Amino acid sequence: MTTVYVPCDSAAVAVGADAVARALEAVDGITVLRNGSRGALWLEPLVEVETDRGRIGYPAVSAPAVAELVAGGMLDGGDVGGCVGVVDELPWLAGQQRVSFARVGVIEPTSIAAYEAHGGYAGLRRALSMDPAAVVEEVVESGVRGRGGAGFPAGIKWRTVAGATADVKFVCCNADEGDSGTFADRMLMEGDPFTLIEGMTIAAHAVGATEGYVYIRSEYPAAVTTMRRAIEIAYAHGWLGERIQGSDTSFDLYIRVGAGAYICGEETSMLESLEGRRGEVRAKPPIPALHGLFGRPTVVNNVLTLGAVPMILAEGAAAYQARGVGRSRGTQVFQLAGNVRQGGIVELDFGVTLGELVEGYGGGTLTGRPVRAVQVGGPLGAYLPPEQFDLPMDYEAFVEAGAMVGHGGIVVFDDTVDMAGMARFAMEFCAAESCGKCTPCRIGSTRGVEVIDRIRAGVRREENLVLLEDLCTTMTKGSLCAMGGLTPMPVQSALAHFPEDFGLPPAVGEAAEEAIPDEASAAREGTRP
Amino acid sequence: MRQRGFAAPAPPPPMDSQRAAAVRAIAERHAGSRGPLLPILHAVVEELGHVAEEDVATIADVLNLSRADVHGVVTFYHDFRRTPPVAHRVELCRAEACQAVGAQAVFDAVTQRYAGDEDVEIGQVFCFGNCALGPSGTIDGRLRGRLTAELVDAELEASR
Repeated sequence: MTTVYVPCDSAAVAVGADAVARALEAVDGITVLRNGSRGALWLEPLVEVETDRGRIGYPAVSAPAVAELVAGGMLDGGDVGGCVGVVDELPWLAGQQRVSFARVGVIEPTSIAAYEAHGGYAGLRRALSMDPAAVVEEVVESGVRGRGGAGFPAGIKWRTVAGATADVKFVCCNADEGDSGTFADRMLMEGDPFTLIEGMTIAAHAVGATEGYVYIRSEYPAAVTTMRRAIEIAYAHGWLGERIQGSDTSFDLYIRVGAGAYICGEETSMLESLEGRRGEVRAKPPIPALHGLFGRPTVVNNVLTLGAVPMILAEGAAAYQARGVGRSRGTQVFQLAGNVRQGGIVELDFGVTLGELVEGYGGGTLTGRPVRAVQVGGPLGAYLPPEQFDLPMDYEAFVEAGAMVGHGGIVVFDDTVDMAGMARFAMEFCAAESCGKCTPCRIGSTRGVEVIDRIRAGVRREENLVLLEDLCTTMTKGSLCAMGGLTPMPVQSALAHFPEDFGLPPAVGEAAEEAIPDEASAAREGTRP
Repeated sequence: MRQRGFAAPAPPPPMDSQRAAAVRAIAERHAGSRGPLLPILHAVVEELGHVAEEDVATIADVLNLSRADVHGVVTFYHDFRRTPPVAHRVELCRAEACQAVGAQAVFDAVTQRYAGDEDVEIGQVFCFGNCALGPSGTIDGRLRGRLTAELVDAELEASR
């Protein structure tokens, strides 16, 4: 029997992986296994055949092509159908530093045996043998920062929750990854769900929590199914529930599904939503670490933050701390999206430059035209021109440049993009998705669309530009959360770097950077939406 | 013209007793868990197609909430549809990454093509997490990448 892997990741299924799997299952002598995706999404469906040399990859396989590939010797690793050779040796993949994504695409997502065989649960085993306070300190020492966008040190948050006393404490995972251009949370949940379960259990042990919730957006039905299945399996194997693996730690984990509100990616509105209310942002303080879900001390972390925890406990804080630059420690899972030739997951230590990612790993645009702009960090991130491709991916360096690393999503646009249109869209999106609680965001976004429309139409352009700046300042300083507070970032960066799209004289060199006012570039507290 | 003083309360919507019983059963099934309202509303949409006006009172009664509380939640979230579903639903992503590869043109073409079709509903979504293979969309819940208007037609044809 030959083992053949066909990814079950949504991105692969969206381009026909299920049909390919069915076609292969019909061939004699094949065992079809469904792995997650390697993250080389432009190659999907990437079928892998297990051979003595390793797993040989066949890119962009379609169901009708299966018979021909099999006849051409695919099952022996033959050179047909644009075979890419041993997948692990692909320069694109071999050059990466896969830590959080080490198992994604390699194993079957819901095989707990494969998970353990690939190093899974080593972190939790070690954590359970340690005093909870020591686990918290290990996470503090690792320097891991929240991957949701704000980059708050996770260990400090845990320490606050651990120090609080309450009848019950919670661990909540924010899996409402709504930012366009980000899909790492989804791929981790679909491709290696036990990592998240393990990370949350370690958090629960560390802070003394007994109940956990994963809040997954409804646009990710496959992630919901996979996570639910993985939780069942973890219970059956004694990795969740009462007295985990015979220890004194008990932890129950539940999945909750969002309902199509982008704002619920903001941690306090996620908590409101979990409690069964409208997802309206709460004012902080009190912080969720002390007064979170149902008013109890709550750890709220993003999928990738919790997904990094098992490795930190398994290999020690020093191993994690050794990666990265400055105050950005460890690896970041970058996501290349939009008009990019080689889109997908690129996990590297912090410090890699934007240009290496877009031009190197991404291979430029899909259309083959020159890159005009990239948006980093989701819909609320800045638009940057290729002149800034030497920026290192580092939280502080990006803040200095008036941008944000955010969630590590990078959306590429070619030279046909209308940046005034994109600026308008940022306001339009904010108007559609604002929770409505605070005025600058609720009303400012609608007024923003109108002002940008007038600027684009050339109606009293100078005056309206002043008005837009004023509006952006109000939104930045006066909004309750990052949604209204950061919407000006894409608008003002588009205006600064691409003024010609707004009917203004082109930016020259340094002037472009100076044009971004300080308040827009100041890093804001609070997490993404 | 705006009325002065208190208006007479709107008459309660006519009750379909079979539906009310089904909604009550769903609500009671989830009532014991923490913050059960969203799971209940998801289940109502999944099992009965949509959240009808009359369901609000039933759910409010089971959870000991006011009708206003439940109504507020139903109307806040995009997923809790308040009209019966049509035969086919197409959801197209309009977020930045998909826009970078022409999602707006696909959206415009598809909405125009099915404008008069009562069996097909076109909706916009901001991100399915398939941003490297856009334009993305779902046709009756099936996620598809690298969408074109023609591909939407073909997928719908396969659904019909």
